[in-house]
Amino acid sequence: MKAARKQRLLVVIFIVVIATLIVGLLTYALRENINLFYTPSQIAEEEAPRNTQIRVGGMVVVDSLQRASDSLDSSFLVTDGSATLLIHYSGILPDLFAEDEAAVATGALDDDGVFVAQQVLAKHDEEYTPPEVADAMQQAIDKKAKALQSSEAAY
Amino acid sequence: MDRIKLFIPLIIFVVLAAMLYWGLGRDPNAMPSALISRPMPAFQLPDLQQLPAGEAGEESTPVVIAEADMLTEKLFLGEVSLLNVWATWCVSCRVEHPYLLDIAETGVRIIGLNYKDEVGAAQQWLTKFGDPYTHTIVDNTGGMGLDLGVFGAPETYLVDHLGVIHYKHIGVVDDRVWRSTLQPKYQQLVAALAQSVNKQ
Amino acid sequence: MIAELGHFALILALCLAFAQALIPLAGTIAHKPLWMATARPLSTGQFVFVAISFACLVTVFLQDDFTVAYVANNSNSLLPYYYKVSAVWGAHEGSLLLWALILAGWTLAVAIFSRTLPLDMVARVLAVMGMIAVGFYLFMLLTSNPFERLLPFPPVDGKDLNPLLQDIGLIIHPPLLYMGYVGFSVAFAFAIAALLAGRMDSAWARWTRPWTNAAWSFLTVGIFLGSWWAYYELGWGGWWFWDPVENASLMPWLAGTALIHSLAASEKRGLFRSWTLLLAILAFSLSLLGTFLVRSGVLTSVHAFATDPTRGVFILAFLGVVIGGSLLLFALRSSTLGATASFNWLSREAGLLLNNVLLVVTLAMVLLGTLYPLVADVLGWGKISVGPPYFNFFFVPLGLLLVLSMGAGASLQWKRQTPGSFMPLLKAPAFISPILAVLWLLLAGWDLKVVSLIGLTAALWLIVFTLQDVWKKSAHSAGRGIGMARLKPSYWGMVIAHLGIAVLAIGITLTSNYSDQRDVRLVTGERIQVAGYGFLFESVEQVRGPNYIAQQGSFAVFVSDDGVDAKPFTTLHPEKRRYLATGNMMTEADIDGGLFRDLYVALGEPLGDGAWSVRVYVKPYIRWIWLGAMMIALGGVIAAIDKRYRKARVNVQQPAVAAPSAASPALALAKKES
Repeated sequence: MKAARKQRLLVVIFIVVIATLIVGLLTYALRENINLFYTPSQIAEEEAPRNTQIRVGGMVVVDSLQRASDSLDSSFLVTDGSATLLIHYSGILPDLFAEDEAAVATGALDDDGVFVAQQVLAKHDEEYTPPEVADAMQQAIDKKAKALQSSEAAY
Repeated sequence: MDRIKLFIPLIIFVVLAAMLYWGLGRDPNAMPSALISRPMPAFQLPDLQQLPAGEAGEESTPVVIAEADMLTEKLFLGEVSLLNVWATWCVSCRVEHPYLLDIAETGVRIIGLNYKDEVGAAQQWLTKFGDPYTHTIVDNTGGMGLDLGVFGAPETYLVDHLGVIHYKHIGVVDDRVWRSTLQPKYQQLVAALAQSVNKQ
Repeated sequence: MIAELGHFALILALCLAFAQALIPLAGTIAHKPLWMATARPLSTGQFVFVAISFACLVTVFLQDDFTVAYVANNSNSLLPYYYKVSAVWGAHEGSLLLWALILAGWTLAVAIFSRTLPLDMVARVLAVMGMIAVGFYLFMLLTSNPFERLLPFPPVDGKDLNPLLQDIGLIIHPPLLYMGYVGFSVAFAFAIAALLAGRMDSAWARWTRPWTNAAWSFLTVGIFLGSWWAYYELGWGGWWFWDPVENASLMPWLAGTALIHSLAASEKRGLFRSWTLLLAILAFSLSLLGTFLVRSGVLTSVHAFATDPTRGVFILAFLGVVIGGSLLLFALRSSTLGATASFNWLSREAGLLLNNVLLVVTLAMVLLGTLYPLVADVLGWGKISVGPPYFNFFFVPLGLLLVLSMGAGASLQWKRQTPGSFMPLLKAPAFISPILAVLWLLLAGWDLKVVSLIGLTAALWLIVFTLQDVWKKSAHSAGRGIGMARLKPSYWGMVIAHLGIAVLAIGITLTSNYSDQRDVRLVTGERIQVAGYGFLFESVEQVRGPNYIAQQGSFAVFVSDDGVDAKPFTTLHPEKRRYLATGNMMTEADIDGGLFRDLYVALGEPLGDGAWSVRVYVKPYIRWIWLGAMMIALGGVIAAIDKRYRKARVNVQQPAVAAPSAASPALALAKKES
C-alpha cells in the first residue's frame, strides 16, 4: 500500500513536470503563431504593425481586381465601408472570391504600407459574412455614426 | 485532498462552458446594441415601382430617372416605418413574405430594400406574391446595404419618424418575432411620435 | 403528408426515449426487474420510430417536395438522386436527425448484443443512452425541425445543395464520422452506469472494449474520408488544415485512442480505473463539443456550414447538463471504485501510462489551439487566429515520441520486465531502422533531410519492433504457422493498427518533405515540367453536367525522360464548375493516383488570352496516409470482434462497495434469460 502511494506520488510529480514544460512551450508557440485581425480603418490609422503576420478583411471593392499579364500576381482593394486597403497576392484566388463579396487575407504589411497576402480566403455563401469582416464593417459604421452625431452637435 | 482532485475536470469544464457561452453572446449574428439610435445613412436610389418592367434574368438596362423621383433618406421622415431587406435569391425571404403582408395589412408602413437583385425578377416576385411595401428601394449594387451594415437578407430595421434606426432584426420576421420583439418596439415609437405631435 | 408523418414519428420517438431514460433507471433504484426489462423493447421502439422519421425525410427529398423548408434550402430538382439522399444530412437539421438515428442504432445494438450482461447494467446503460436521445430529440423538435413547411408560398425549385458537398466523399463522410462520435456514447453510458452502480471491474472493461474499438474505428474512417475529401475537393491539394472543424473530429479520436489503451490496462490489471472512466466521459464530451463547435458558429471556420447562435445556446445547455452532470457524478462517485494497484516502471502498464500522457497532452494542445481564438475574443485580446505552424510545432515532436514509445511499449510484458530481458529487444529496431531510412531516401533519389530521416527512422523503428514482437510471440513447438494461428484477434488488431500508424507516418513524412507544388500561369499548348513529369496544357472545353456547366481542361502527362514525341501515359481533366442554381464556382481537381505518387492538376481561373492559372502538384506517398488510416481502422475492427469479449461472464470480482442487493435480482433474471 505504501509502495503504491509512493508510486502515485511519482506519477503525479512526473505529470506535473511534463505539464509545466508543455504549458511553457504552449505559451511560447501561441505567442509566435497567432495572427491578429485588423480592419482596413485600423491599418489606415497605422495601428497595425509592419512586417508581422496579420489578417485583414473586408468587402472587395468593385472593379479593383487587377491581374498581371505574365504571372499569377494580382491586386485588389478591400473596404470596411470607411477605409480601403490595397492587397497584393501571388497565386490562385479561391473559387468564391468575387468583387463586392467579403474576403479575408493573411499576410504582412511591407514598409510601403502595401499588404502582401500569402493566403486569401473568400466568404462561404450568399447569406454569410465572415464574423471578422462583419465586425470590421460594424466598427466603421459606428464610427461614422459617431462622427455624424458630433458634427450635428457642433451646430 | 483526494476528493478535491476529482473535481478538477468539472471545474475545467465549467470555465470552458462559461467561455463558450460568452462566445455565443459575441456572435456577429446577434444584435449589436451599438446600432441603436443611428440616423439612416444618406442615399439616392430609384423606386422599384417606377422602373419599367423587366424580364426575369434579363440584364437591367440603365434607365434615367429624374433626380426628383429618386428615393432618399427623407422617405423615412414623419412616420414610423420598417425597412425590410429582401431579394429574390433569398429563400428565407419567401418564408417571411406572407407575414410581411399580414403586418402591412394592420397598417404598418413597410419600406422594402431590394438588395443585390435583378429588377425584373423583383417586380415579378411582388406581382406574384403580393406587395407589402409602400416603396421599394432598388439597391442593385449593394451600396446602401454597405452603408447600413447589411450582413445578408432578410434583415428588418425599425426606423422612427426622424429617420433614426432603433432596432435591427437579422433573419426571418415571423409571427413570434413580430409579437415578441418588433411590435412592442414599434408601438413605443408610434407613441413617441404621437406625443411629439401633441406637444406641438 | 409524409413530412407530417415524419414529424409525428419523431415525437413518438421522443416519448419512447423519455420512457427509456426513466423506467429502467427507476427499476434499478426500486429493484424491480420488470421495469429494468423494459429497456430493451423501448430502445427497439425508439429505433423503429426514428428510422420511420428518417425514411420520411429521405422520401420528401426524393419527391422534390419544396414545401418543406429544409428540402427547399438544400436540394434542387436537377440534383441527381444520390445527392438528393445525401443532401438529407447536408445541413444542420438533417444531420441532427442522422445523429439521432445513429444513436438509436447504437442503442439497439447494445440492447441486442448485451445478452451476457447483468440486467441492471443493461438497464443503466440503455437509460443513459435514452437520456442523450431525449436531449437530441428535444433539440430537433424545439429549434431545428427538419419537417417544417414553407406554406402557403412554397418556392418553385430548391436552392440546391452546397456544391462542395456534392461529392461521393461527403455522401459517406458524415454518417461514418457520426457513427464514431455517437459510438462513444456507448462507452460513456457504460462509464455512467459504472459510476451509478459504484462498481467497475475487469468485466466492465471487457464489455466496454469492443464497443469503444468499434466506435473508434468508425471515427478513424470518418476522419480519413474527411481528409481525403478536403484533398481532392477543396482544390488546394492539402490533406489536413488544422481547421477547427477538423480539430473537432481529431480531439475525440485522441481521447478515444487514449481510452482504448487505458481500458486494456483496466481490464488486464485493474489499473487506472478512475482515469478510464474520465476518458470515456471525455471522449463523448469532445464528440458533443465537436458537434457544438461545428453547428453553433462559435468558431467560424473554412468549412463550418451551419451557423445559428440560438441553437448554440440550446446545445450549450445540453452540453452543460451532459458533461457537467457526468463530471459531477465522477467527482462524487469515482472514489468509491477502490484503491489503485501498484505497477512496475518497466512494464506494459507503464508503457500504456506513457501513451496516455502523450495522447492527452496532444489533445490538450489541439483543444487549446482550437479554443484560443475564442478565449482571446472573450478576454478582449483582439480577433486572433491560430495557424498550422502552432499545431505542427507540437504535433510533430509529440507524434514522434508516440511512434517511438509505441514500438517499445507494445513489446513490454505485463507486470514486470527486467531491463536485462528488454535491452536485447531494442537491438534490431535501433540498428535496422536508420539504415533502411537512409537506403529508402537514396533509392528514391531524394535529398537526405534530417527531418525526413528522423520521421522515416521512427516509422521503421515501429515496424521492425512490431514485426519482431509478432515473430517472438508466434514461436510454437508445432511450427510457426500454428503459432501465428494461436495469436488472438485482439493481438492482430493491435499489430495491424500499429503498422497502420507507421504507414501513416511514412506517408506524412515523405509527402510533406518531397512534394513538388507549382501554381503557374499556362496558355494552351504550353508545357511544364514538375518533378520528373511533363504536363502539356492541351485545351479547355465547355461541358455540361446534370446541374452545372464546367470549363474542362485537358492535360497530357508525360514522363520527362521520354522524348518530345513520346505518347502521354495519361490525360487529366480538371474542371471549373459553375452550379446553375446558386451560381457558385467550384474547382474539381483531377488526380492520377498511385501507391507511390499522386499527380494533381486543378484549374484556377481564366486570366484572359487563353491563359489559365493552374495548380500542378506531384505528391509522393500521399496515399500512404489514407492507407495507414484504413489499416488503423481495420485493426480496431479486428480487435473488436475478438470472441473473448463475447464470452459469458467469468471471474467477475464482486466489488467492495457495490450494494449486493442491487445486483442480485438482476443476476437472477439474467440467469433465467440465458
